[in-house]
Amino acid sequence: MKDLIKKVTEAFGPSGAEGSVREVIRKEIEPYVDEIRVDALGNLIALKKGKGGKKVILDGHMDEIGLMVTHIDDKGFLRFGNIGGVNPFVALGQRVYFENGTMGVIGSERVDDPKDLKLEKLFIDIGAKSKEEAAAKVNVGDSCAFYQPFVDLGDRVVAKAMDDRIACVVIIEVLKRLKDAPHDIYAVFATQEEVGLRGARAAAYGITPDVGIAFDVTRTGDTPKARTMEVSLGGGAAIKVKDSSVIAHPALKNYMVKVAKEKGIKYQMEVLEAGGTDTSAIQMTKAGIPAGCISIPCRYIHSPCEMVDMGDVEACVLLAKALCESSLEF
Amino acid sequence: MELRELTSLAGVSGGETEIRNAIMKELEAMGVPFETDIMGNVIARKGDSGPKVLVDAHMDEVGLMIVHIEKNGFLRFWPIGVPPSVMVSKRVLIGKDKVPGVIGAKAIHLQEPRERESVIPANQLFIDIGAKSKEEAEKKVKVGDYAVFDTEFEELSPGIVKAKALDDRIGCAILLDILKEDWKGIQLYAVFAVQEEIGTRGARVAAYRVAPDMGIALEGTVCADIPLADKDAYATKIGHGAAISIMDRGSIPSKTMVAQIMKLAKEHNIPVQYREATSGGNDAGAIQAAQAGCPVASISVPCRYIHTPFAVASLADMKAARDILVLFLRSVEGGFRP
Amino acid sequence: MPKNSSRRLKKRSLVLEVSDLSFCAKEFLKKASMAHGVSGYEFMNAKAVVEEAMKGLVDEIRSDTFGNVIGYRKGEGEGERPKIMLAGHMDEIGLMVTKIEERGFLQFTQVGGVDPRILPGHEVIVYGKRPLTGLIGVKPPHLTPPEEANKAVKMWDLAIDLGLPEEEVRNLVSVGDIVTFKRQVTELMGDVLSGKSMDDRAGVAVILVALDNLAKYKVQADVYAIATTQEEVGLKGAITSAYGIRPDIGIAIDVCHAETPGVPEWRTAAMGKGPAVAKGANIHPKVYEGLEKAAKELGISIQPEPAPAATGTDAWGIQITAEGVATGLISIPLRYMHTSVETLSVGDVEKAGRLLAAFIASVDSRFVKELTVWN
Repeated sequence: MKDLIKKVTEAFGPSGAEGSVREVIRKEIEPYVDEIRVDALGNLIALKKGKGGKKVILDGHMDEIGLMVTHIDDKGFLRFGNIGGVNPFVALGQRVYFENGTMGVIGSERVDDPKDLKLEKLFIDIGAKSKEEAAAKVNVGDSCAFYQPFVDLGDRVVAKAMDDRIACVVIIEVLKRLKDAPHDIYAVFATQEEVGLRGARAAAYGITPDVGIAFDVTRTGDTPKARTMEVSLGGGAAIKVKDSSVIAHPALKNYMVKVAKEKGIKYQMEVLEAGGTDTSAIQMTKAGIPAGCISIPCRYIHSPCEMVDMGDVEACVLLAKALCESSLEF
Repeated sequence: MELRELTSLAGVSGGETEIRNAIMKELEAMGVPFETDIMGNVIARKGDSGPKVLVDAHMDEVGLMIVHIEKNGFLRFWPIGVPPSVMVSKRVLIGKDKVPGVIGAKAIHLQEPRERESVIPANQLFIDIGAKSKEEAEKKVKVGDYAVFDTEFEELSPGIVKAKALDDRIGCAILLDILKEDWKGIQLYAVFAVQEEIGTRGARVAAYRVAPDMGIALEGTVCADIPLADKDAYATKIGHGAAISIMDRGSIPSKTMVAQIMKLAKEHNIPVQYREATSGGNDAGAIQAAQAGCPVASISVPCRYIHTPFAVASLADMKAARDILVLFLRSVEGGFRP
Repeated sequence: MPKNSSRRLKKRSLVLEVSDLSFCAKEFLKKASMAHGVSGYEFMNAKAVVEEAMKGLVDEIRSDTFGNVIGYRKGEGEGERPKIMLAGHMDEIGLMVTKIEERGFLQFTQVGGVDPRILPGHEVIVYGKRPLTGLIGVKPPHLTPPEEANKAVKMWDLAIDLGLPEEEVRNLVSVGDIVTFKRQVTELMGDVLSGKSMDDRAGVAVILVALDNLAKYKVQADVYAIATTQEEVGLKGAITSAYGIRPDIGIAIDVCHAETPGVPEWRTAAMGKGPAVAKGANIHPKVYEGLEKAAKELGISIQPEPAPAATGTDAWGIQITAEGVATGLISIPLRYMHTSVETLSVGDVEKAGRLLAAFIASVDSRFVKELTVWN
């Protein structure tokens, strides 16, 4: 699975520009699904047919946070707006890359008090010596993502865009391993989650499932003097009770715990105080859909060095697969 | 209908009656069929075949609502979309009868030095209509009435106009204008939307009903090309053409639609610029979210000082926006798909 | 309160004596306030209390994916009948366990907007494997330095004390368990009641009063009386139930701020002077006019509530559902919102219910047709 994680996380795909990562994922799932389509918002939707059971959505978002070029100044420096939640302290000093391969670094104006550091004071330097030279390589409106290679630390791995490509990997693994599931499984690789759960909303409306299971990362409380959080790396698949956008359907959440217990899958309960997920978008479809979420514990979310535990990832795959194979009566 | 008339009419978000009536009257005179929905949007129709294209402009403007009448006849108000820094010492017109009032505050002579350092918040301002008591005031105005800024339309220099509500009557003007054309290869839904300024509410409902294949929002947009702003942060510039959005807080436009617009502009020498900002939002976000989603783009006219008593725009930019919109729609008739 | 008294209708005005009603708002309010139903977990008994009270007032009761309680009352006459949706939210704000600390103390977060300053010294109920009494305590004043004593406490600095050994806590409580405020209803002077969750069980009470009063009228409209869920966390029950029903008209009944010392009068409504009726962008002008007219005919005084933009109620969510709904908002003036001593006048609840019934009775097919006519 590590090779797959490397391939999928290193793909390019800030919100609104998911073309590259969509192609990478499409190639991975093609042999394992019956139908594939791309909808009006660029969501990649794959159907693995069952035997007339329920319509189930498994959703993970393909998009990553990034920056969009808003202005090229006279000296060839690029000003930008954020795509999704970008913390200026995390961005400062990072490398970024554009879809066409252009690379840049993030610098800052003079800031006397660290408290004054804001995104507006940062810029991207692609090494151009003039406006013309810069404009030959990038356009206003182009998006870039943070540049970091995948790193294998053994039991744990690090990459940019684990949020939420690790979920895409989990779903891909489920599609590979699922045989004879009773339900129609709609794997939704969603776009534009980071800017407002937009892809999932459209995809869920188009499919109108009976059940929705989203997959996203959640933070952990196991680093030094961390803000309270029960979830830890290595604690197993996190079953979401609540985040800032959604209260998981209680009966579905309890059912997920039951299945995890029955199958001996390591799990932990998750209450995320700050952070929203596609679960909410699926839940609010039409007259309401029972929706829950399996979360992959992740340290340093929204930094280019997000870390997950391979045991947790495997647990998530096993739990998702078990749910797809179960009755889903709750 | 002239921009002068469009901008002079009253229509604060939630109280669009006057502007809506005028637009309906104009559509009738033009012979364009239209409907109104439960929120008060006006949806005009042209063209019977081809993809459904929703083009939207919002009728509502920023303004104030009267929320309380004091015993001594002063009116308390709540701003709708107006920043506090521009309110004091301005003239307004209240309600259907356009009762004149002034926004007053403590005279500077009576203020403490510390008070002068901050912007006066809305809850310390009031409107004076000259009434000496609550009873007298209630003869002319009532709680819930809307007030607009009393700003006269003027052409400051050839082709440069000043008016209130250029955001988004300038979009309404463009939309009315393109309805004069014949449209055959697209099903054009021209939505004159309500309540954009308080959350793109009208467009949401209209777009759900239409379920378009693609959407375009026409806007009066931010333009900060003034000395107060950073040279590299103007967002748009007056006189440099129609502003094409790259992203805002409500939507990321379809990259193929934007590329098509820029390509057509280059081919036909239409002046265009990018809206160099990612803040703000408009009806495109609501249109994109309709049902199973659709690709959207925004074409705007740069307006200095939007959301204040007056705005300034270039008629040449307005023409450019209109021209590029028509070219784009013609290209959809000709087979372009996002 | 006499339950089965014969109904005496005054011909001149449709003002009913309170004793004529078979539904008692005060008793329901007391029961509902002490029921438990934090957003998302309304089935933890608030739902049953509402369903019980609604029985007999509607033709059918059902529930949906979000746990909304939907009471359906069929209208009279053939052909297409107007559809009216009533929404009062039955969820309350509360807390949720986030972590079990050493020695068995519980850390927690809020569900809905909870002012952390009401928490020190509050008793709560933790719904683990069984309901457990918990205490949110603070350091004694003797050990608190003066500069700390005046600082508002943050939620993450507080903990729930169950008075149980850690091992037992870990056995009985899980991360994600719901916590509610423990609060009895207090009957203050006159008809003033104080308790938790009046926001918005009072709205549900208004709906039940209205349903009871509908028996007096010839009602053309089909009425969907909904005790909605998850309002406090995003108007979710109202939005999804409105989508499922697609009403022509949607009236939300919620609470608004009643006069409070220290708050300028013009920002609040008076308690005991009748319900507030909102007007503004979130409200269809013809619905407002209809409510105003019904109030006049009944001789009930209402307080017009100017609402320039978002009302922060189910009405905001219902209005833009699907192709749009003509919305109205009736609010009960309430003091100390989002505390566990929310205070209101039962008379306001009863008046609001009667007003709502009269308005519903006034809605016919022509009224609905006029909703899309603007001039």
